[in-house]
Amino acid sequence: MSAITRDEVAHLARLSRLALTDDELDHYATQLDAIIEAVAKVSEVAAEDVPPSSHALPLTNVFRADEVRQSLTPEQALSGAPAVEDDRFQVPRILGEEA
Amino acid sequence: MSLIRKTAAELGAMIAAGDVSAVEVAEAHLDRMAEVEPKVKAFLHVDREVTLEQARAVDARLRAGEKLGPLAGVPIAHKDIFSTHDMPTTAASKILEGWRPPYDATVTKRLREAGLVFLGKTNLDEFAMGSSTENSAYHPTHNPWDLTKVPGGSSGGSSAAVAAYEAPLSTGTDTGGSIRQPAAVTGIVGMKPTYGGSSRYGIIAFASSLDTPGPFARNVLDAALLHEAFSGHDPMDSTSVDAPVPSVVEAAKSPDIAGMRIGVVKEFSGEGYQAGVLARYNEVVKLLESLGATVVEVSCPSFTTALPAYYLIAPSECSSNLARFDAMRYGLRVGDDGTRSAEEVMALTRAAGFGPEVKRRIMLGTYALSSGYYDAYYGQAQKVRTLIARDFEAAYQQVDVLVSPTTPTTAFAIGERADDPMAMYLADLCTIPSNLAGNAAMSVPCGLADEDGLPVGLQIMAPVLADDRCYRVGAAVEKALESRWGGPLLKEAPSL
Repeated sequence: MSAITRDEVAHLARLSRLALTDDELDHYATQLDAIIEAVAKVSEVAAEDVPPSSHALPLTNVFRADEVRQSLTPEQALSGAPAVEDDRFQVPRILGEEA
Repeated sequence: MSLIRKTAAELGAMIAAGDVSAVEVAEAHLDRMAEVEPKVKAFLHVDREVTLEQARAVDARLRAGEKLGPLAGVPIAHKDIFSTHDMPTTAASKILEGWRPPYDATVTKRLREAGLVFLGKTNLDEFAMGSSTENSAYHPTHNPWDLTKVPGGSSGGSSAAVAAYEAPLSTGTDTGGSIRQPAAVTGIVGMKPTYGGSSRYGIIAFASSLDTPGPFARNVLDAALLHEAFSGHDPMDSTSVDAPVPSVVEAAKSPDIAGMRIGVVKEFSGEGYQAGVLARYNEVVKLLESLGATVVEVSCPSFTTALPAYYLIAPSECSSNLARFDAMRYGLRVGDDGTRSAEEVMALTRAAGFGPEVKRRIMLGTYALSSGYYDAYYGQAQKVRTLIARDFEAAYQQVDVLVSPTTPTTAFAIGERADDPMAMYLADLCTIPSNLAGNAAMSVPCGLADEDGLPVGLQIMAPVLADDRCYRVGAAVEKALESRWGGPLLKEAPSL
């Protein structure tokens, strides 16, 4: 039995905001199935009582004083933008026609 | 001897003494790049005039009596994942083609201040995901030892540039072995510092709990000089360690390991390892003993599940980090014809802008983090991460450093593993545990495999913030092997 179905891969692609073609979905479904089968080896490790580590070092939140500092100018911040209008990022519509 | 054959330390001393200018040194390397780049293809971006302008500025600072570090005027190549305000930064992805960052990474900023001269930006696997540099969206890079072979990855442009004598130094990032593995397969020195010892600020993120910038060089001392030049606490990186930089330069000048306790990792040899790799590795273990170290075998049983744990943790973090490529604020935008929604434009842009390995990892990470699978995959991988850290802790109760081969095989052929992700992932088998535990680890050359004549690397692992031990052992191995060989392993790039 496969670890992941083609429909599940299509769902992952939607969640990942990747507009994949049917051929690509077939291809990735086969590859992801093999990869998931291999990485599932972690479930064989007996680790009920082991705490998880999200980081290598025991660091907690690091804060700085809440002071105004120099930051990028609008020109610098917008310098790589695909589209700009009136010193702002111009984006495609984000709401449906009805909204 | 021509300028390109000098070490970085020698070049720095010659420039400081006024024997040669930073401009002359930069020109020698730019000329070498012009000569060999058609074959090696280590670089994604070169701009001779920007480089020479930087060199002229360093010469002026030195003439004005400014006190700069030991590498002032020495040229360096940067992996194209470090932000540079005067050169494009692409992460070898089409989604960032031509992008110019508005600021410098902390590493590149510090190196500018120390007077290093930037030769250009080197090739990598897209977003540092890969072990061969074939995942670059632009072109593969060729191993200077054999142009049909990969230079390792993900920092393969940086390893190839140094091995081809195009640059004496380069930077890389190591998330699962992306400095040590390319160093091993190109016969040079590569160091992954302790996690948090070198700043991630301004480096395009792949897996933030693992990403570690570090140096490449042709010898241990040069690597140490570069390591020291960019390391140290950075308030701009919230995971930067606020502690003194380990005395790596001093250690690189002290190749004495008498009385040191060295552990051989039992799990990293045997089946699946190339015979020529094991032959050189076993020889160097004997060498360590003959230099006065006590060598014992150490078992780290959890290391065998490091690879699957890594391929859950790193893709999970990548799926989150790469969400920022949304076609809105920078980079590529595809399909914005006035009728499509932002979400549709986003999905079209990401499909067009990301390569296959990046897409695989984003989807794998999205899967591992999704409800219903989180505990079985990501959660379980985090527990394995704890077990690996415990194995290291137990080992370091008995020994000062651990050693293993850096890679199971020498450089493989371009194309050989390109369509088989799992085969590609095995290249990082020995390097991943140090990333998961945040430890320091280095690869130093230890000879050529008999069957293919390609370089083999020795991995030296040390506890958190004991980076100096890697340099001490690395320097001892280098000194003893060079006296045996009658000079460095890499006397000249063999296929150029």
